[in-house]
Amino acid sequence: MIRFSKTIRFTAVVLLAMASAPGCAKREAEIKIGEYGSLTGTTATFGISTKNGIELYIDNLNAQGGIGGKKLRILVEDDQSKPEEAATAVNKLIAQDGVVAVLGEVASSRSLAAAPICQSAGVPMITPSSTNPKVTEIGTYIFRVCYIDPFQGEVIAKFARNTLHLSKAAVFRDNKNDYSVGLANYFSESFLKLGGRIVSDESYSEGDQDFKAQLTVIKAKRPEFIFIPGYYTEVGLIARQARELGLNVPMLGGDGWVSDRLLEIAQDALNGSYLVNHYWESDPNPAVQEFVQSYRKRYGATPDGLAALAYDAAGVLTDAMQRLLKTDPKSFEALSGPPNADQKDARARLRGLIAATRDYPGVTGRISLDDRRNAVKTAVFLGIENRGYTFVATVEP
Amino acid sequence: MQEFFQQLANGVAWGSIYALIALGYTMVYGILRLINFAHGDVYMVGAFAAYYLAGALGVGTVRDASPLLAVPVLLGAMLICALLGVLIELFAYRPVRRSSRLTALITAIGVSLFLENAGIRLFGADPKFFPQVITPRTITLGEGVMVTNHQITVVLVSVLLMVGLTLFVQRTRTGKAMRAVSFHRDAASLMGIPVDRIITITFAIGSALAAAAGFLVGLTNPKIEPLMGIMPGIKAFVAAVLGGIGSIPGAMIGGLLMGVSEYLVVGYISSTYRDAIAFVILILVLLVKPTGLLGRNVAEKV
Repeated sequence: MIRFSKTIRFTAVVLLAMASAPGCAKREAEIKIGEYGSLTGTTATFGISTKNGIELYIDNLNAQGGIGGKKLRILVEDDQSKPEEAATAVNKLIAQDGVVAVLGEVASSRSLAAAPICQSAGVPMITPSSTNPKVTEIGTYIFRVCYIDPFQGEVIAKFARNTLHLSKAAVFRDNKNDYSVGLANYFSESFLKLGGRIVSDESYSEGDQDFKAQLTVIKAKRPEFIFIPGYYTEVGLIARQARELGLNVPMLGGDGWVSDRLLEIAQDALNGSYLVNHYWESDPNPAVQEFVQSYRKRYGATPDGLAALAYDAAGVLTDAMQRLLKTDPKSFEALSGPPNADQKDARARLRGLIAATRDYPGVTGRISLDDRRNAVKTAVFLGIENRGYTFVATVEP
Repeated sequence: MQEFFQQLANGVAWGSIYALIALGYTMVYGILRLINFAHGDVYMVGAFAAYYLAGALGVGTVRDASPLLAVPVLLGAMLICALLGVLIELFAYRPVRRSSRLTALITAIGVSLFLENAGIRLFGADPKFFPQVITPRTITLGEGVMVTNHQITVVLVSVLLMVGLTLFVQRTRTGKAMRAVSFHRDAASLMGIPVDRIITITFAIGSALAAAAGFLVGLTNPKIEPLMGIMPGIKAFVAAVLGGIGSIPGAMIGGLLMGVSEYLVVGYISSTYRDAIAFVILILVLLVKPTGLLGRNVAEKV
């Protein structure tokens, strides 16, 4: 081993310190935004659609010069479709990467795991598509740009009762999933109020492969339709196994069904069924069409509802940053600076501006956040026919 | 009553898969006194091997492909897993064979974790959807009980493999040697039986049966992912203990009982207890009859 003399070592340290000093003083020109999502695992399409939507928005914005001359950078973490990984991912984004705002998740269970970390660190978090009401109840830094499950459950119940004229429902819920349990309860409550009957209420767990035992019980109760507030992987398998048992009633579901893999798994088993989405890709609104075309051009696929919401979540966040630049340039400057008290103050101001979002023109409709930090939006009903979707109706809140 | 028979039919089809996996546990235990915890993951590899083979042969993706192509897919997956089983034995278990049983057990858990994580790395964490190797059709039995041709295939293939295995163990020289090694390894060795080769053959057969189970599960429940082996592996282990570990007919009976009881619990109590029932059964067996249903039958040991 080579031994350095004390003087040489001292000189080296001084030189290193001098070399790194200008780096410290230099202002960072980027604003870092964190994103966590399920890029792999049982709900991989949720995370991938969301990532695509956010990327598309931010890259467009950067191509136009960013905000106030500053570029935005998205740091993405995969949570493998697991709540505990979601918490780890957000911890890393905040503590190590020093992001000033967080976008994510789709699944309410995972948003619920990560939101308390954002809240206590004072980092604003916008979930594009977690619909369980508990998510934004975590605290004042947590927002969403989609509707919530009490609304979703109610419109599905109304649709079944008043539009399809059905009265006997079976509910098949994922009892380990906050979203599914919440939505099942809101639906049941509304459906009973409208004079319907719940003839069977069965449950499964995410990751199950076999649902025939529960479906056999459901079949014996002779429901007119089955409401499945689950995620696409299980829904596809459930539909197939139901048909194999000769259970041929329509199925209804929420936005957890939104995935291009749903019909790939279900094949023909979901024909005649309905789901609720956040937007409709053939909406004639020019903003929607522009979004759909640029998404298709870049990813070679039609954006699903979750991609559209992710695009809007990025929009709402950067819109608040634009307003911060106008009203308080010094705070805006701190967003790209070192993680100190100034930046914490800037994040608090950014939080206030996100909360003040009114009539933001998104591709999923106009977005205004209410005093509980939730968006009030229209729901879109889609029907499934011949392995494709058809537009059925939009429902206003 | 119709509901009950429907649950029974589903339970038998599902139980046959447990039985096939349980056979691998019981054979390895019979010969080495080792609980091969990696066995459930071999089953996972079998499902993926079948998935990629079916993709390569174009079964299920090309329209009107002959269902007979399912046969090479099944045999190919079994061959791949037989090889995997042999490699696992050679590199993981043979070096520790003379060490304490605890060492071997920990090694088995290590192999299991290795296979799971290698699976995530190689196949990806997101689930894959098994191609429709055989076009599904629903058949109505008496009293409105409905089964699919897939379920019937599962039961038939399982029964065939189990009968084949029993004949092999009872009627062939190698089978006789396996029984001898199971009975007393050192004495068998003194009689000129190549113990190492017999152990290798046992791992190959057990793993091939797990691969068959993987293929059959892909057929009926077409979602496969790298961690799919954990729960069925544990349940098949319980099935082997329930039937009497080391006993081949015991593993079959245990597997079927597990499948049926799972269905009855979900159907008549709650799906929450689906996985709990396995452990309730395990505890009851250990309390009431630790040797399992057919455990005393030493002559049957493999």
